[in-house]
Amino acid sequence: MGGLIYYSSASGNTARFVAGLGLEADRIPINDAVPFPDCDGPYVLICPTYADGAGRGAVPKQVIRFLNAPARRARLRGVIGAGNRNFGQTYARAADVIAAKCGVPVLYKFELAGTPTDIARVRAGLDTLWSSECLTL
Amino acid sequence: MKDMPLLSVPRAINWNRLEDDKDLEVWNRLTVNFWLPEKVPLSNDVQSWATLRPEERALTIRVFTGLTLLDTVQNTLGAPALLPDAQTPHEEAVLTNIAFMEAVHARSYSSIFSTLCMTKEVDEAFRWSEDNPHLQAKARLIIETYAPGADPLKRKIASVFLESFLFYSGFYLPMYWSSRAKLTNTADLIRLIIRDEAVHGYYIGYKFQRALEREPEARQQELKDYAFALMFDLYEIEARYTAELYDGIGLTEDVKAFLHYNANKALQNLGYESLFPPAACEVNPAILAALSPDSENHDFFSGSGSSYVIGKAVMTEDEDWDF
Repeated sequence: MGGLIYYSSASGNTARFVAGLGLEADRIPINDAVPFPDCDGPYVLICPTYADGAGRGAVPKQVIRFLNAPARRARLRGVIGAGNRNFGQTYARAADVIAAKCGVPVLYKFELAGTPTDIARVRAGLDTLWSSECLTL
Repeated sequence: MKDMPLLSVPRAINWNRLEDDKDLEVWNRLTVNFWLPEKVPLSNDVQSWATLRPEERALTIRVFTGLTLLDTVQNTLGAPALLPDAQTPHEEAVLTNIAFMEAVHARSYSSIFSTLCMTKEVDEAFRWSEDNPHLQAKARLIIETYAPGADPLKRKIASVFLESFLFYSGFYLPMYWSSRAKLTNTADLIRLIIRDEAVHGYYIGYKFQRALEREPEARQQELKDYAFALMFDLYEIEARYTAELYDGIGLTEDVKAFLHYNANKALQNLGYESLFPPAACEVNPAILAALSPDSENHDFFSGSGSSYVIGKAVMTEDEDWDF
């Protein structure tokens, strides 16, 4: 099983989603004085979106800092986006930006803290992703 | 804590000394998103409006009048009622922005009316809004919680329910028309309102959660019970309001799924779990697509989403991230 890393702002929606998954996960700290979690192996990133109406600023600054390290980008296998459809075209935009920048797939998108359906799909999806990753190694 | 009248020493707000980063983040979001109805070419919908049947036009005007009432309440009572409980001067500034944008929203429905409708039809709808028992009941239920001296956290709960739940029986209709390529400019304007309300519900819900953390457990439980009880009461009214409006065009059940979905999102804004089960929240995909156009429904896991190939090479450079 690969790793799971997520960012969640003080509103905590993504943190609640991750808690619902019940999988071991590391949080990218909100405070830039706190060190980033280690990531030695492949991982999936769960990232919320804070875009303005034009889609600018979608990726949280701490996530940008985290992914600025080439070694961390190299281990990223996919991104799951959190957002709110009420933001229209910029719904979960951060996942699209990260996917394009890092050449990885957007695995899934969910709203706010997710629904039980989202949690079940992501849990099953990660399971499949990591078992196929093991096979190709 | 400041339930007392504002400070003996009048203080200037210093945006370079933040107590809560969320205040500046939301202020920036709201100010960048600022808009006025004059920017939307509503007159391009005149021909489309003429293709609606008379009962569809009457329904649309009523729905927009109902939305105007809620925006008016939030502009003049709801957002101002949150001011005395603000924890930071920056929160006060954000709340006044929210109050003003609610006035812009309320004003924009009148722009739609003056562009598309006859005065007589609109006057009839405003009279209807004052006489409709369900619309009046939901407005009153909310206004009661906004009353001076009311529980400040219950006010936030009611405010989030208004912003994130009560509007949606109305927002459904322009999304429905848009999905059928009707009134598409009006839908563009409504999407701007929906975007604003999403930030409002998120921010007020966030402030609620911060305040709730400082309360003892018994009080936390009392507020949670209150929130779910209020949601039940509002939902019952909404269900009747929805049936009265939408039975005529056979859309009531479709609208109700949208209500359940939004009720759950409103509860999430407060940090609570969902009330309605997934099966009750299966919103018509055409409505979801109208809500977030061009935003693909990603489910790579089940193979139904986009068809990205996992890239081996990481093309990005550090400088790319300096945005």
